[in-house]
Amino acid sequence: MVTTMTMTLDEKARQARVRLDAHVKEMVEWHFNPETGCPFWLDFAAKLDFDPREKVHSYDDLKWFPHFEDEWLRGGPVRRWVPKALADQPLYVFETGGSTGLPKSRVNIQDFQTDYELFSETLNDETFPKGGDWLMLGPTGPRRLRLAIEHLAQHRGGIAFHVDLDPRWVNKMIKAGNHEGMQAYKEHVVDQGLKILRGHDNIHCLFTTPKLLEALCEKVSLSKLGIKGIFCGGTEMNAQFHRFAREELVPGIDFIPTYGNTLMGLACCKPFDPADDYSITYYAPAPRAIFEIVDPDDPERTVEYGEVGRVMLTTLTKEFFMPRFLERDEGMRARPIEPYPWDGVTNLGLFTQLSDSVVVGVY
Amino acid sequence: MIHIPVLRQGEPYRSLSVIELPDVRTGKTVAEVSQANSGLIARDLDRVSEAQQKLAELSVAELIEISKRAADLFLNGELPVGDQSQSPDDYVRCLSATTGLPESLARKNMTKSHYVLSEMETVLGGLTRGLDMSILDQGWGFQHGRCVSYRRETEVLGAVLPSNSPGVHALWLPAIPLKVTLALKPGRQEPWTPHRVAQAFIAAGCPRAAFGFYPTDYSGAGEILQRTERSLLFGDTGTVSQWRSKPGVQIHGPGWSKVVVTGGEAASWERHIDTMAASVVENGGRSCVNASGVWACSHAAEIAEALADRLARIEARPLDDPEAALAAFPSLAAAQAMSDYIDARLGDGAEDLTAKYRSGGRVAEAGGCAFVLPTVVYCADPGHELAQAEFLFPFVSVIGVDRDQLIRRMGSTLVVSAITDDEALKRELLSAVNVERLNLGPIPTCHVAWDQPHEGNLFEHLFKQRSIAGPEVAA
Repeated sequence: MVTTMTMTLDEKARQARVRLDAHVKEMVEWHFNPETGCPFWLDFAAKLDFDPREKVHSYDDLKWFPHFEDEWLRGGPVRRWVPKALADQPLYVFETGGSTGLPKSRVNIQDFQTDYELFSETLNDETFPKGGDWLMLGPTGPRRLRLAIEHLAQHRGGIAFHVDLDPRWVNKMIKAGNHEGMQAYKEHVVDQGLKILRGHDNIHCLFTTPKLLEALCEKVSLSKLGIKGIFCGGTEMNAQFHRFAREELVPGIDFIPTYGNTLMGLACCKPFDPADDYSITYYAPAPRAIFEIVDPDDPERTVEYGEVGRVMLTTLTKEFFMPRFLERDEGMRARPIEPYPWDGVTNLGLFTQLSDSVVVGVY
Repeated sequence: MIHIPVLRQGEPYRSLSVIELPDVRTGKTVAEVSQANSGLIARDLDRVSEAQQKLAELSVAELIEISKRAADLFLNGELPVGDQSQSPDDYVRCLSATTGLPESLARKNMTKSHYVLSEMETVLGGLTRGLDMSILDQGWGFQHGRCVSYRRETEVLGAVLPSNSPGVHALWLPAIPLKVTLALKPGRQEPWTPHRVAQAFIAAGCPRAAFGFYPTDYSGAGEILQRTERSLLFGDTGTVSQWRSKPGVQIHGPGWSKVVVTGGEAASWERHIDTMAASVVENGGRSCVNASGVWACSHAAEIAEALADRLARIEARPLDDPEAALAAFPSLAAAQAMSDYIDARLGDGAEDLTAKYRSGGRVAEAGGCAFVLPTVVYCADPGHELAQAEFLFPFVSVIGVDRDQLIRRMGSTLVVSAITDDEALKRELLSAVNVERLNLGPIPTCHVAWDQPHEGNLFEHLFKQRSIAGPEVAA
């Protein structure tokens, strides 16, 4: 007789950890094997005083590596990041940063599709209906996001419509204090989005940024236009915006905050629970990527649950190996939960560093 | 813990984003301040017409009466702050703790807002040059036998406010009796005064919907300036320069106020040292109307020496000392950075004359706070960087300048106190476009008459005279 036992969360977390350790071992073997690894890591290993394939058997063993530096991703040749075993595959390159200096590049083959397919499984089929079309109002250009959202829509049987937003141009206008220009650009983007929304009544799902969502909601009721689910991410996303969106901007529409980047993939948000008071907790897509929340002054120490620390990101896919990268974000270490039985991060925000500055002028 | 909420059309709103305001002495949190996200501000400003209608139901005369009651409540009343009650003493203590302004100066500043509220009729009379206020109620009327009509240019006045001195809030108070609602972004360290003024007005019977109070960040401030037809912006050169081209934003940048001493009066400069010292030091040197320059056509070095001797006697004192005259910096590091900034610019004909009169350095500590002590720099060259400098403490450059170059070289100036017997210079100052306020005679630069315009006239900012004709308006 088979008995069904409900696994405790602790047990699930232990199993997730076992899976993570096995995955680390597999990925290190892949990236540091001359038959499969990429030139960057093989050259890197040659300068190490240990052999990663011998030494690294678990997530904790990644401490043998120094912290990954995203500066290594600036400039070319980008092919030094392509694992030998995947060298014959069609290649994408996605950029991150780039407002100043040379953008950082990450090569990609299928990772972005896998990431968004996994994410798709977490979406509610009623509010993000299968076969429903999508509008993406946000950065396209050299970024992963456009292709990723398009793949998500296709994976769910829909079509993705796009309106581009160039964040580098926005940053230039912010720096120049060009408020009129910013306003005009925002209207330009929103007007295009509204035309698409009004012209295509099968669009039920929306991806956009907080600022653009506000601007859209000033002009129209998104629920009246048929939007049922919104997937929203960007630097302004925090608990207050989350509450404001659910209470005032788009009440009745499923609102999913997201955190994603080119280096990690896409984190999932803890399902909405009124008891959380709108705080947002993200879980990386383990074992493909994992967050560790560390002491900013001593990144070797993981902070306690509930303590704020700097986000350390490790990405472990066959396409990309990125151990222990210290993000420019901070947040509170969150406990594992049923759907994501590993550590998460709550109230993610920019890593703050206090500085004293001289005030010039009295006004 | 005190919590200062956002006020959305007068209704308190507790945000999930809060910042903590530390006591400059201990670093301990004095209050949590709810932060408005920019979308929330935009949403409120979108429905400001309803709020303005509530205000417009009252006459200017009724609103003047409300202002008078608000004056007393502001000065003496127990008023709500979050879910607590705030006495005038609580207000003074909190204001002093988070801004570093001595309690004695905080009290003095209270009287400025009190004066404007209680004397609103006089203030409006000054701003409108004696307009019969019922003309604003009915839209047109007869004044001195002429038919006049004024159109309200906005339903809401936006204000991005500073933290340096609470006296500045007196400037926007007349908006309420002029039936213009408010969207206020308080300075980060000084939410206290605008919040208390709003609560005093509400307690005095003003429709609460008239008050939008939005502690917020840079992007929220931009939302206010972008979405209001008329606004006031206080900020440093970098901040205000971004908004100069937007019509409707009245800019309050650095003051660079000056005392000018020329002719025979320069020869008898000793008689005017009190006026000069007061211009620099009053209100802890924290106002835009404090002098940051003394420009003299002769005897500049002697004036600088005497001012240095006088100002060097001012000591750092704890914030609750009734004799305290200096405001504290947020930290010792900030005070030191300020002082280093000056040191790095001395030389090339600029000398800190106060240094030799002080027993210690320019940075001092008292009562757990860090201060930068009054500093007088003598500049032989009007083109020296410190000749045009202005800081958040009593700092003055004394500059020797040729009479014929004076007005051109002194640049943009909020207040000039001209101590001179040179009638031609007085005439030139009266027509100088780089001078805002003008005091003719030995009057401290910080002398303020609230019925006179300050960097623009609020009435003229909010209203436009229009032409009107028709059978009803025929005289």
